[in-house]
Amino acid sequence: MSDPSIKLVESLQPSHGAPAANVIRPLDLNAVARVRVNRSSVERRCATLAGRRTVKKEWQAAWLLRAMTCIDLTTLDGADTPGTVRRLCAKARMPLRSDLAAALGAEDLKVGAVCVYPSLVREAVENLRGSFMPVASVAAGFPDGLTPLSTRIAEVAVAREEGATEIDIVIRRGWVLTGQWQALYDEICAFREAAKGVHLKTILGTGNLASFSNIAKASLVAMMAGADFIKTSTGKEGVNANLPVSLVMLRQIRQFHQSHGVKVGFKPAGGIRAAKDALSYLTLMKEELGHEWMNADYFRLGASGLLGDISRQLEHFVTGRYSAAHRHAMG
Amino acid sequence: MRWGSQMSRVRELFEQMDYGPAAEDASFAKAWIGQHGGTFGHWIDGDWAAPACVFDSTNPATSECLAKVGKANAADIDLAVGAARRALEPWRQLGPEGRARCLYALARQIQKHARLLAVLETLDNGKPIRETRDIDIPLVARHFYHHAGWANLVESEFPETSPYGVVGQVIPWNFPLLMLAWKVAPALAAGNTVVLKPAEYTSLTALCFAELTRYAGLPNGVLNIVTGDGETGRLLVAHNDINKIAFTGSTNVGREIREVSAGSGKGLTLELGGKSPFIVFADADLDGAVEGVVDGIWFNQGQVCCAGSRLLIQESIEDDFLARLRRRMQTLRVGDPLDKAIDMGAIVHPSQLRTIQAYVDGAIQEGATCWHAEHPLPDQGSYFHPTLVTKVSPAHRIASEEVFGPVLVSMTFRTHAEAIEIANNTRYGLAASIWSENINVALDVASKVKAGVVWINSTNEFDAASGFGGYRESGFGREGGREGLAAYRKHRVDMAPDAAAPVMPGEVTATRLSDRLDQTAKLYVGGKQTRPDGGYSRRVASTDGALAGEIGEGNRKDIRNAVEAAHGASGWAKLSAHGRAQVLFFLAENLQSRADEFAYRISHLTGDDGQREVAEAITRVFFYAGWCDKYEGVVHQPPAGKIVLAMPEALGVVGVVCPNRYPLLGLLSLVTPAIAMGNSVIAIPSEQAPLVATDFYQVLDTSDVPAGVVNIITGTRATLGHELARHDHVDALWCAVHQELATEVETLSIGNLKQTWTFSGDRDWMDRSLGQSVEFLRRATQVKNLWTPYGE
Repeated sequence: MSDPSIKLVESLQPSHGAPAANVIRPLDLNAVARVRVNRSSVERRCATLAGRRTVKKEWQAAWLLRAMTCIDLTTLDGADTPGTVRRLCAKARMPLRSDLAAALGAEDLKVGAVCVYPSLVREAVENLRGSFMPVASVAAGFPDGLTPLSTRIAEVAVAREEGATEIDIVIRRGWVLTGQWQALYDEICAFREAAKGVHLKTILGTGNLASFSNIAKASLVAMMAGADFIKTSTGKEGVNANLPVSLVMLRQIRQFHQSHGVKVGFKPAGGIRAAKDALSYLTLMKEELGHEWMNADYFRLGASGLLGDISRQLEHFVTGRYSAAHRHAMG
Repeated sequence: MRWGSQMSRVRELFEQMDYGPAAEDASFAKAWIGQHGGTFGHWIDGDWAAPACVFDSTNPATSECLAKVGKANAADIDLAVGAARRALEPWRQLGPEGRARCLYALARQIQKHARLLAVLETLDNGKPIRETRDIDIPLVARHFYHHAGWANLVESEFPETSPYGVVGQVIPWNFPLLMLAWKVAPALAAGNTVVLKPAEYTSLTALCFAELTRYAGLPNGVLNIVTGDGETGRLLVAHNDINKIAFTGSTNVGREIREVSAGSGKGLTLELGGKSPFIVFADADLDGAVEGVVDGIWFNQGQVCCAGSRLLIQESIEDDFLARLRRRMQTLRVGDPLDKAIDMGAIVHPSQLRTIQAYVDGAIQEGATCWHAEHPLPDQGSYFHPTLVTKVSPAHRIASEEVFGPVLVSMTFRTHAEAIEIANNTRYGLAASIWSENINVALDVASKVKAGVVWINSTNEFDAASGFGGYRESGFGREGGREGLAAYRKHRVDMAPDAAAPVMPGEVTATRLSDRLDQTAKLYVGGKQTRPDGGYSRRVASTDGALAGEIGEGNRKDIRNAVEAAHGASGWAKLSAHGRAQVLFFLAENLQSRADEFAYRISHLTGDDGQREVAEAITRVFFYAGWCDKYEGVVHQPPAGKIVLAMPEALGVVGVVCPNRYPLLGLLSLVTPAIAMGNSVIAIPSEQAPLVATDFYQVLDTSDVPAGVVNIITGTRATLGHELARHDHVDALWCAVHQELATEVETLSIGNLKQTWTFSGDRDWMDRSLGQSVEFLRRATQVKNLWTPYGE
């Protein structure tokens, strides 16, 4: 066997090519069965990482800007209207107050995407025209994935037709809880087909999956079924994204890259509100996957309130004074 | 508004996404040094004592001199020990709660000054601020809290014990303040007073701590700190007026201490080196295990006695695991230990750096492959790359000797039996880490590995309530937990006074044996009566000088055979405790049925009341038979998600040199507790009345005691005691002998650092309070602390 570490050394080097879309591969049930995750060691790694890595001053400002560009600025509320979507899109185009953006040389920086329900995709597309910013839509029976499969597939197709270039599908958690990996795989493959040419993010709903092993196995199956991104949560589960769950998923992404040479992206979502949390996720990306994964092509933060805190922290960096939420535009 | 250059740089850094510098502010700690004029004396009797001469304490990360510290000479040690001696009485008078309040206040002082201590430690030692801040100092505070509780409980929880008195402690440089806490907290909680010598390279936090004792209300003289080098340490441990020595450091120095303290009657605990296995099975969480390796060998630059320095990988996953490990090594950051985003700081001293380099050079010469990530090291200071050594076998020096640096050797195994075999193929026995998602495999290996601390799916976990310490040449005694505290209390059975006149073998003046058919008493080895190797016999007299019989004159080879037979009986330890109890009860029963015969023999040979002695001997066997399945471990519950099983395990093979007086009771008072706990024994019986022991063979035979569990070699106790002490496969040696022989066997025991327990044999063994106690069971076992995290 050739030295596999060599390949990894190369993968740690920065490169900014266009992301290769993942494709459907055969379901390897042996690989799924081999997955082992030890909870306490995952928790220890995450608990100590915060003490092992930190960024300060200019580096922190730079990292916060980077986090900003990775945000999927999201509104997924029953009360959403075209008006709230318009407001969100305006914020997506100008995420930072102009004086701060100018001071930081960040006038050209925008968020990663705007994420809405399928019925509001058209509104978002129109409001982002000319910005080259993608519109993401949740689909496939969001958030629980328990509407009929035909309806879920149709929903994916509709979102694509409406102009979404990224689709965040949800899996049916029951397939994982009952170990029906083939059914899970078939379902995601169907969404993959329906979302041809579109960036497919697969939401695992980790808060429902009961164990780290299940999360790891579901991640692996989703990648075999062609997911371009794997995503933690809908934001509607009792427990949303956290570092341990993310670590479990990132390790599967790394192993998948090792085996297939494909880089799958990662999106933690739900409950990420503090700038500090965004830095923790970026650190985890850097440590576990490397520099190449630290950009919007492979990393997104599903959040709505986060941008406000990042703005406040950046204002503090620029002015040396602590800021207030109302000094920054709402989304 | 900030400087424009800083702003414009942000965009550049945005592209790079590197970690920038994140230095901890050291000015407060440096100011503290400055307040002392940059020079420190010794801390004696609650105040600074001017040193006769000083040496530099340097920062290994920068080579700058941090401060000058004193080098204590004999006069300084005298002063410190004298202060500690005088402080014993006021410390005693403070009472349990008063002492507890002092320890509690110390815990609080440490918390209040945590950052100062953390930064000072990093400056002086070179370890990352992350570790001092997040691990060392919090554990120090935890240790004092835990022992504040013990101080209050010690008298009710440890009946029949008392403090040793003045304790001399010598600690290493790898965890300067934490090792101080591990030593000082239990010593003080147990009611002792202390003279402690920190390591030459790292004295500053101990001195800072000394100053804090003032604010904790510790009476003057209860804690004294003398700084200096190895010479100072030698003076301290050799001092006549200390009652116990506690040492943590290298195995070689431990040997030296054992030698100089031999026969002194000083209590001794040694926490020494290790070459601990880190075993990864194919069904482990490999990424989790890789992180375990990082915590195991690159914690504190690998300068950890329990570092998981021998990686044993199941052969089928070797390539995969090493690839993951190398990738992880590329993300380790080595550099300024004050930087908050650093994994590994500086090696403590250039001399240690040279030692590590020499080991790695030697490994390459022996054909090993050394690999490290290509990151540059800082230009200045003592740094070494996290290093992986492959193509290594147990035969290589680097695979068997302690490097005490960030160097990991990797080997493979095929089966789980082979993993255990390689893991135990070492002179050490401090710790082991076992990675498998199969609990059956993990627990089985944990039970079979020779180590005082075993971590399943985890590594380098510590808690004040869980004992720490090694098997084999990793030392003896435990630190932390109940067993750690016990090591600072002297038990009543250790303080038995000598009888008025020692008993000596009588001389044979008459030559005629009674009319009975000739009886040939042989040796008893492996369940068989065997002729002595030398072919010599000696005559034994009865009280009236008549010839009572003849016994075999055992020699060195008989001891060798007995040790082999004893090791062959290792199944005894695996027998259920209930099974061992049954055998012992049966032994008592069979002794009972021959009581008259033994009573006659004893009276005839010793002139003592044989009936009384036999009755007491039966009582003793009955007592320990009852304890067999009750002397058990405890379960500790350290912070969330983990349990620690503290299990007493047999020592292995115990040599027992029996007292001359009470030939049956003395023999059974020592042999029974040892075998009750699963040990096998080689007993050297009374020289005065060895025929009592040789008569006993038949009782052993009829009581289902498995072959090899009890071996008896008659002959000269001194000669045979020496041979047992010299034998490196004897795990412990108990000698109920006179002072001179005690000194000799303790001196000879350094080969494998076997645990020795010497005490006056001429005590009154009929006194149940001295001869029969759970303390004997404690001495017959060592505690294995098995950590298991849980959660799915």
